[in-house]
Amino acid sequence: MSGHGSKPGTRAVGVLVPPAAWLTLLFLGPLGVIALISLMMPGAPVEWTIDGSAYQRLLDPIYLGVLWRSLSLAVMATVLCLVLGYPLAYYIARRPPRFRRVLFFLVLVPLWTNSLVLIYGWMVMLRPNGAFDQLLQGLGFGGGEPLTILYTPAAVILGLVYWYLPFMVYPLYASIEKLDFRLLEAARDLGAGGLAVLVRVLLPLTLPGIATGCLLVFVEALGAFVVPDLLGGAKSMMLGNLVQQRFLSVPQDWPMGAAAAMLMLALLLVGMLWASRVGGLRRGA
Amino acid sequence: MALDARAASRWLRLASWLAFGFLYLPVAVLVIFSFSASRYSMVWSGFTLQWYAALADNARVLSALMNSLIVAGGAMLISAVLGTAAALGLRRARFSGRGVLAALFYAPVVIPEIVLAIGLLMFFVLVMPVPLGLPSITLAHSVFGVAYVTIVVSARLEGFDAQLEEAAADLGATPWRVFLRVTLPLIWPGVLGGALLAFTLSFDDFVISYFVTGPGTATLPLVIYSMVKRGVTPEINALATLILLVSFAILALSIWLQGRNITAGEKV
Repeated sequence: MSGHGSKPGTRAVGVLVPPAAWLTLLFLGPLGVIALISLMMPGAPVEWTIDGSAYQRLLDPIYLGVLWRSLSLAVMATVLCLVLGYPLAYYIARRPPRFRRVLFFLVLVPLWTNSLVLIYGWMVMLRPNGAFDQLLQGLGFGGGEPLTILYTPAAVILGLVYWYLPFMVYPLYASIEKLDFRLLEAARDLGAGGLAVLVRVLLPLTLPGIATGCLLVFVEALGAFVVPDLLGGAKSMMLGNLVQQRFLSVPQDWPMGAAAAMLMLALLLVGMLWASRVGGLRRGA
Repeated sequence: MALDARAASRWLRLASWLAFGFLYLPVAVLVIFSFSASRYSMVWSGFTLQWYAALADNARVLSALMNSLIVAGGAMLISAVLGTAAALGLRRARFSGRGVLAALFYAPVVIPEIVLAIGLLMFFVLVMPVPLGLPSITLAHSVFGVAYVTIVVSARLEGFDAQLEEAAADLGATPWRVFLRVTLPLIWPGVLGGALLAFTLSFDDFVISYFVTGPGTATLPLVIYSMVKRGVTPEINALATLILLVSFAILALSIWLQGRNITAGEKV
């Protein structure tokens, strides 16, 4: 019975069976069902005949509009997260170890607590005569008219940046923390200015973190459902809302919703390949 | 444009604290106005606890709280057991499909929530007849729970000395006994930390619960969503404050457990 003589690999297989079976059933199973539905003919809600027309209909102007809006909102949110998150990650990584852990924890908390509630906090602030409005009016801005940010694409971007900022900071921090900061000093000693150090040394060296962070934020933002639902108006529908409507609202069209979900997965895969290439290039250089 | 180092670090500090302000602004607003006596506007008009008192009488909120605790507890148990097994197995695995298997355990964290949510609903409706309600929500939450526990326990195992297990096995301990007496005592902070993370993530989940729930069953985030959709009542502020407080406490505990040194301060 002793583990001494047995091959270490064999016992590992036994332990892995239950969790692997669990996720095969409850993770791969659902993805398989979605893939299957996406190939079916539309019906009420689905006709079990394979025809693939749902993917064709993704090219309809209405759906292309939703796709375009999702892509552009997600790109803007990603860029803003990077601009906001990079200084933050760098700042945390340069604190003494004890502060570092506390600060990092403070970044992760909003991600792991109830984001729905926090988005509600933004609704309260952004609504006409809300906290922001009163602040602006009090400072003499706004010209006495109520604020109209809530239920616009601007509010959606703000919410996306808020919700997904920790997704950006996490990989950036991991990348920056491993950095040999003497390289920055060396560059400075050799006469490089602040901007040159940033563009020629710091950013290239932390590229894997940047790539991973951008990928995570972009993919998650693309599939966002709560933020556009609560902060956006009728004209801010994104892919996530499209999926929800095609499955749950009348008229139902499951193949359409499933095709939109598959599109998200495809974009995720493309993004992952891109991120691993960007990460890999640096190691090869 | 030669930024000197001092000016750069000042800018950096300013930018960072602005980012922290951005992250915690809605928290501050919710907490402050949960104590405000005014009902309709964002104007401070005196301190009150009436919204908290109203919550304690709100039967819908209380039953949703009960549901959330049941779901989070169940998902936590499943996730802790299966996630720990996965992490232990992945550490020892030396076969060729290991990379693919590891990807399976991490994938639920990366995948857009809504895809998993709608997939699970369809799976429960068409393939595996699980009653929509507490059972379906618990199973659904276990999917990302297992993934998170696997990641947390795997990180814990990085500093793990496998020779301790081999020594115990050489001395005649059965594999199960080695696990209970050697492995588990060394990794339990990771297991508990991961379990607590799975609990909070389940407790706070909205998207997946929204899709896989059945008629008449609501968890706390689902009740909050319908309150938010219907309009403003200061009760939401009070509820939000309590939820944030509990989540914050559990997360702090979870992170503290995960950070505990693997060799120091623990009896074997």
